[in-house]
Amino acid sequence: MSTIKISIVSSSEEIYSGEATMVFATGSLGELGIAPGHTPLLTGLAPGPVRVQNGSEEEAFYCSGGFIEIQPDLVTVLSDTAERADNLDESEAIKAKEAAEQDLANKDATLDYAKASAQLAEAVARLKTIQKLRKNQ
Amino acid sequence: MANTKEVRKQIASIKGTQKITSAMEMVAASKMKKTQDSMLEGRPYSLKIKDVIAHIASASSEYPHPFYQERTPKKACFIVISSDKGLCGGLNTNLFRQVINKSAELNKEGIESCFALVGTKAASFFKGVGGQVVAVADKLGDKPNPDDLIGLTKVALDMHKNGDIDQVYLCSNSFVNTMTQAPGVQQLIPLAPAEQDEVISTHWDYIYEPEAKELLDGLLTRYIESLVYQAVVENNACEQAAKMIAMKSATDNAGDLIKELELLYNNVRQAAITQELSEIVGGAAAV
Repeated sequence: MSTIKISIVSSSEEIYSGEATMVFATGSLGELGIAPGHTPLLTGLAPGPVRVQNGSEEEAFYCSGGFIEIQPDLVTVLSDTAERADNLDESEAIKAKEAAEQDLANKDATLDYAKASAQLAEAVARLKTIQKLRKNQ
Repeated sequence: MANTKEVRKQIASIKGTQKITSAMEMVAASKMKKTQDSMLEGRPYSLKIKDVIAHIASASSEYPHPFYQERTPKKACFIVISSDKGLCGGLNTNLFRQVINKSAELNKEGIESCFALVGTKAASFFKGVGGQVVAVADKLGDKPNPDDLIGLTKVALDMHKNGDIDQVYLCSNSFVNTMTQAPGVQQLIPLAPAEQDEVISTHWDYIYEPEAKELLDGLLTRYIESLVYQAVVENNACEQAAKMIAMKSATDNAGDLIKELELLYNNVRQAAITQELSEIVGGAAAV
């Protein structure tokens, strides 16, 4: 029986990788049954189980959304670690911006290249001196 | 000449410091293992998403994504990844130097810079030297969560979408081995077209469900996010390795210092005894 390669990954770990005779997933537009030789398809993944069938064995993994890419011999499931919604992303972005404003209140926005280079040169010189001292001992 | 009590006090205090640095070395060594593991765990995702992106690039998509388009650059955004804590040698300093050099170079070409910062060290550095900071994500801990970086990345990508910035650079340390960490500045946007292993001559495209634009937007955003996350995790491993080396050399230095001071202590003690003896002998002779 022909099989199709399947890998399920999330950004912090590899969840599953192997061969399958049939894969079932919930695409953003409905249930998908993927058999070997499927036409190339790219679709979003709705939160739900991804079932991997190999012969009579079946394993199921829960994915909280993401993307699924299908090639005739390959299925790649890119799972998100958490549920994502636009408004949630937006609030995260606002948080990052606020953190920037808090950290840098009353700062003028032009980068002082001379000052930056001088500070860094000093730090590097200090490190070099320490290393030199060590070598001389 | 120093008296014995003073020298003894100094030795005790250096011994105390040495205990701390050697404990920190051990902590860093054990954390390094963990951070390296999480660096490896994240790798399959970035490889897979890279594959998918390469497939998409080779498909004849009807929708050219803005991340691939070269625009006349007027402003660039640097995503700078630093550590939250210090005591890790020149790790952050070397990276900041590269960032400043690159930014100065762009400045000469008439391209302005702004910064999105990860880690307390970067935030405090740019606070000191100025520069337009658009987003900060700090105190991510030893095991950063990919979700903690969504906001920061979104700020940069939104600015790109609105046309406020034309280029995005990712600045971080890459882990070569325990002794070596290489700081680098990598261009994220515009994305370099993927190199293709084999030339696919047939004209093909995906079936997109629902829409090519929506899907590619989402996927490329995830791709950039995964690159940033991977860089943060790798920088963490670098931090622990650099810290371990820095603390090891601090412990060794303390050891050397203690040896010198013990020698001095013995000299001082011997001199005191000799002096006392000669005083007694002198006193006896006078009687």
